[in-house]
Amino acid sequence: MAAPEIDIKYVAHLARLHLTDDEEKKLGAQLDGILGYIEKLKELDVTGVEPTAHAVPMVNVTRADEIRPSLPHDDALRNAPKQANGLFIVPKIVE
Amino acid sequence: MLNQLTISELAAKLAKREVSAREATQSCLDQIARVDGKIHAFISHDATDALAQADAADQLLSQGGSGTSRPLLGVPVAIKDVLAVKNQPLNCGSKILGNFISPYDATVIEKLKAAGAIVFGRLNMDEFAMGSSTENSAFGITRNPWDAERIPGGSSGGSAAAVAADECLAALGSDTGGSIRQPAALCGCVGLKPTYGRVSRYGLVAFASSLDQIGTFTKDVRDAATMLGVIAGHDLRDSTSVPQPVPDYSAALTGSEPDGPSIKGLKLGLPKEYLIGGLDAEVKAAVDAAVKQFEKLGAEIVEISLPHTDYAIATYYIVATAEASANLARFDGIRYGARVDGADPIELYSKTRGAGFGAEVKRRIILGTYVLSSGYYDAYYLRAQKVRTLIRGDFLKAFEKVDAIVTPTSPTAAFKIGEKSDDPLQMYLSDIFTISCNLAGICGISVPCGFTQNPKLPIGLQLLGKPFGEETLLKIARTYEMNTLWHKQKPAV
Repeated sequence: MAAPEIDIKYVAHLARLHLTDDEEKKLGAQLDGILGYIEKLKELDVTGVEPTAHAVPMVNVTRADEIRPSLPHDDALRNAPKQANGLFIVPKIVE
Repeated sequence: MLNQLTISELAAKLAKREVSAREATQSCLDQIARVDGKIHAFISHDATDALAQADAADQLLSQGGSGTSRPLLGVPVAIKDVLAVKNQPLNCGSKILGNFISPYDATVIEKLKAAGAIVFGRLNMDEFAMGSSTENSAFGITRNPWDAERIPGGSSGGSAAAVAADECLAALGSDTGGSIRQPAALCGCVGLKPTYGRVSRYGLVAFASSLDQIGTFTKDVRDAATMLGVIAGHDLRDSTSVPQPVPDYSAALTGSEPDGPSIKGLKLGLPKEYLIGGLDAEVKAAVDAAVKQFEKLGAEIVEISLPHTDYAIATYYIVATAEASANLARFDGIRYGARVDGADPIELYSKTRGAGFGAEVKRRIILGTYVLSSGYYDAYYLRAQKVRTLIRGDFLKAFEKVDAIVTPTSPTAAFKIGEKSDDPLQMYLSDIFTISCNLAGICGISVPCGFTQNPKLPIGLQLLGKPFGEETLLKIARTYEMNTLWHKQKPAV
């Protein structure tokens, strides 16, 4: 079955993932093959079948709303690529 | 050679004070020094920390501590690079985590430590557990201890190779579509993937959240039972872990040495859909012989049908990549890991991710983003979730008739390095027998069941069990190994 055309540039933008021209070309060909294979799911009649999100039938799992020990501030910042004054440093967002 | 022992053998010697935990740990470190230059199962290991843990274990042992409260006291256990171990590096086989050091222990690590284990090492893996050969690691490939020209399987290739090469007594891994069972089969050790929800995943880096499960690599089935007993159980920090009591798995295996627990009258299902074209003749012969062995041991063999088997791989690669594309969004260069600067946040994210992720991870993020994108969600993701219902239904129906299902773990023995790395679809198809188990959320184990002749490579037998049916699965596997002894064979490393 024919695979749909995939607009790699657009999808890469949605994924916030920079790809080189070579990567785009190679990925495009490989994904066409994989999507072509995936098309086989369309052979099946799934009318009236409920989707399975995950295999264990548990819903709305909650726990008591209590204060518990959490990661200390310094530990949370320990792996930050850039930090100052106890904060993560990011590029300017608002002019 | 203490590193060659099983957990139960070492624990007995430690309890009698015949040997020390330091000696056991040192023998693993010596084996790493001797063979890991060739195998490369470990990305890194902290010998000083491991020996300090060993000394602490010896202290407890000298005070008479061992046995039921700490079943792993003094036992060296190595860890796949996907689980958080406090103050140790965590990279997931990727460049994108940079110099990340875990600020906390995963729940399974807390439990191993509480059981007295010496938790050490970062075992190599396919980047973010995406792959079937451990060729996708940013830290280099891992080689199969039985043949260094071949892959160890994946994604937990480092875990399987380390146990097979006696660099540790046992290891933890994770299994999303076969990442424990397939490398265990290809390296000749025992790999257990528990039921979805049986083991807490707090501290496991998420790949596909509806499929991921933590499990064990061991040298025999008895050790798998010991390890599962330690790591299983409900955890408030993982809302998908199930509040169901943990049975005494080890107790289920005792009683009738030397032949193992009785499996008389148990019904084992053989799915007719698993006789596929790509199934290697030697693998088929080994599995057929195992089936005969089960009959001899008193089990009843029943042909069953899992009619949607042919759709499992397509379903998996939609569900798993969709979930991965969402889970991996957190690797954006802001809070942790490597960062490539940009003029604005979007450019920073995009450049960081472009530089940090490897080819297979990029392929899956793009595929996952595409199947979730506007206009395609119903056609791909929603449809795959519905087919997943049919696949799970096949298994639940089969388990009304049988106690477990018997299949090959992998259609072939270990393939050569580079053989499939340029053809992702061929690589995906090598997971044909393991993937359905994760989609159905059931449990599975791979045990050694023979060897190919030339070259000599291990073959794995897969047993699939009902949800939370690990006891039955372990019992069948234990009886099989006690009557065949394939697991006793070691590679010449």
